[in-house]
Amino acid sequence: MDHQALTTVLFLAVVAVTIGITIWASRQTQGAADYYAGGRNFSGFQNGLAIGGDYMSAASFLGISGAIALSGYDGFLYSIGFLVAWLVALLLVAEMLRNSGRYTMADQLAYRMRQRPVRQAAAVSTVVVSIFYLLAQMVGAGALVALLLNATGDAAKNITIIGVGALMIFYVTVGGMKGTTWVQIVKAFLLMTGSALIVVLVLAKFQFNISDMLGTAASNTGKGDAFLQPGLKYGLTTTSKIDFLSLGIALVLGTAGLPHILIRFYTVPTSRDARKSVLWAIGLIGTFYLFTLVLGFGAAALLSEGKYAEVAASGGNLASPLLAEAVGGGDGSAGGAILLAIIAAVAFATILAVVAGLTLTSSVSVAHDLYNSVLKRGEATEAQEMRVARIAAVVIGAIAIALAIPAQSLNVAFLVALAFAVAASANLPAIVYNMFWRRFNTRGALWSIYGGLISSVGLVIFSPVVSGKGVDPTGKNLSLLPTSIDISWFPLENPGIVSIPLAFLLGYIGTITAREPDAEERYTELEVRALTGAGAEQAVVH
Amino acid sequence: MSTETPRASEPHEQATGRDPIYDRLHESADFVELRSRYRGFVFPATVAFLSWYLLYVVLCMWAPDFMSTKLWGNINVALVLGLLQFVTTFFLAWLYSRFSTARLDPLARKLDEDYRSGKRA
Repeated sequence: MDHQALTTVLFLAVVAVTIGITIWASRQTQGAADYYAGGRNFSGFQNGLAIGGDYMSAASFLGISGAIALSGYDGFLYSIGFLVAWLVALLLVAEMLRNSGRYTMADQLAYRMRQRPVRQAAAVSTVVVSIFYLLAQMVGAGALVALLLNATGDAAKNITIIGVGALMIFYVTVGGMKGTTWVQIVKAFLLMTGSALIVVLVLAKFQFNISDMLGTAASNTGKGDAFLQPGLKYGLTTTSKIDFLSLGIALVLGTAGLPHILIRFYTVPTSRDARKSVLWAIGLIGTFYLFTLVLGFGAAALLSEGKYAEVAASGGNLASPLLAEAVGGGDGSAGGAILLAIIAAVAFATILAVVAGLTLTSSVSVAHDLYNSVLKRGEATEAQEMRVARIAAVVIGAIAIALAIPAQSLNVAFLVALAFAVAASANLPAIVYNMFWRRFNTRGALWSIYGGLISSVGLVIFSPVVSGKGVDPTGKNLSLLPTSIDISWFPLENPGIVSIPLAFLLGYIGTITAREPDAEERYTELEVRALTGAGAEQAVVH
Repeated sequence: MSTETPRASEPHEQATGRDPIYDRLHESADFVELRSRYRGFVFPATVAFLSWYLLYVVLCMWAPDFMSTKLWGNINVALVLGLLQFVTTFFLAWLYSRFSTARLDPLARKLDEDYRSGKRA
């Protein structure tokens, strides 16, 4: 059996297993706390795995190892930002959010502020961040699956995108948070074991001598010592250095503002379990990024010239799959075919778990924040709200499919970094102020959320990623818009260095120019509840 | 369980129904101690890890010569500092876990108990 047939079989196995899990989970889902928060009954360890499954996207698995394979050390810089960011979540956000919220990011703001405006703002920002992230994943899925199954042509990619979209709608509407969580747990397990296997095989080729592997990578790529040093990709000009600093800030502050990560903290019984989940997640994610280091440099060291060119042509995405083939015995060998198929299936499971988490998060926010609180003024019943959540999941899924299909011809690689920048600008300042600053109020929250959202997205519109970057040597357009249009004036591709401080500043100015005694008074209750768990939402007992 | 139709959120413009028990807990010596222990750990820790991370990023971009110094074999300063970021992240996570279990959780549990017994009274 060749690797494509094998890959197809494994893809179908992933689909079958996840559908089975979803149907099983649907039988255990009764009320809103089950549907939105998995009954708050997951253990810290389970949720830690699910957080890993939610967080480690194909952009991490294939993208970072690919970036290391192509740009050497600079690819590794991403991993560090993605990991260190978890300390923000651990120290400042996870436990207090668990104690003071219910289902969405907006809950902890609404706890002491005017509910309708803050819920509306938080829901808008949740949906924007999730759609950007979702779009990046779905376009990636189309390209990737086509690549892995060697199905060229637009039709195959479109079918893949529609298929992935349909599956994620199914997981979310049928399985709710319980189904989505188990899909993420299974994915995390597959991802960790799959990459550990390849890592051991790669290191064995060098008798577990890392220095040897690095040296071979440097000489094999023809880039020499520069391949092992920072600066190959980002260190060219002062602008590109500041741009990277800006990205680094967004990565480290964005994670704890990603809505699909935040709502995972509600799936455990207590804040202490939320802490344990983050500790497990840090262990898991840290280990995984160490793996990507070996995968990336391993691919650079072990792939033949032809295969390395294929990696370059795929923008790096094929580094891990082709490395798996190489360590399994190479092109045409049975071992190579099996390992390639396994890694392809792991990548597929990775995409499915992440898109499901994103769709669930945005649909819950639409139902709980926009529909119930803003439209119905809190009068909707749980059953009505859950019905709207399911409808919202279908609509958001359909929108994501409809946007992803035309977006395939565009360069959308910037969307993941943008999602982090928006999360760090629009969400994190409001969350931190709300937890630590008694004086913070509705106007401050609105100014920081909308200000962070508009400035981060606005600056990107006028940045080189949207227009004016020109073409690469092969004639490929490097910006989003056609080369004939140039509206760029902001020199950086990453807006975080401007939009994050701006959002903090706007939150501060908005707050001190308004008085809201209710919000200040209720901070007492919020603070006690956040730090002690007194009165926090309880796990569901069936 | 109550028999009325469950609501998915509180039905008012601003969550009301303030419970005076929270004011009492907020004033208590235990809570003041809990908050100062918590903030005393997380604020300096956050400043420390963010500064260390930013220092690392700045060194990568603006001190390439220092970062490319080879220490042994092909292992250079950049790789060691990058891996040290992993080590400090794991270490700080472990430290916080130990600190919170020993110094925060007992106080939080006690205050939660006070809350529950206050509710029953």
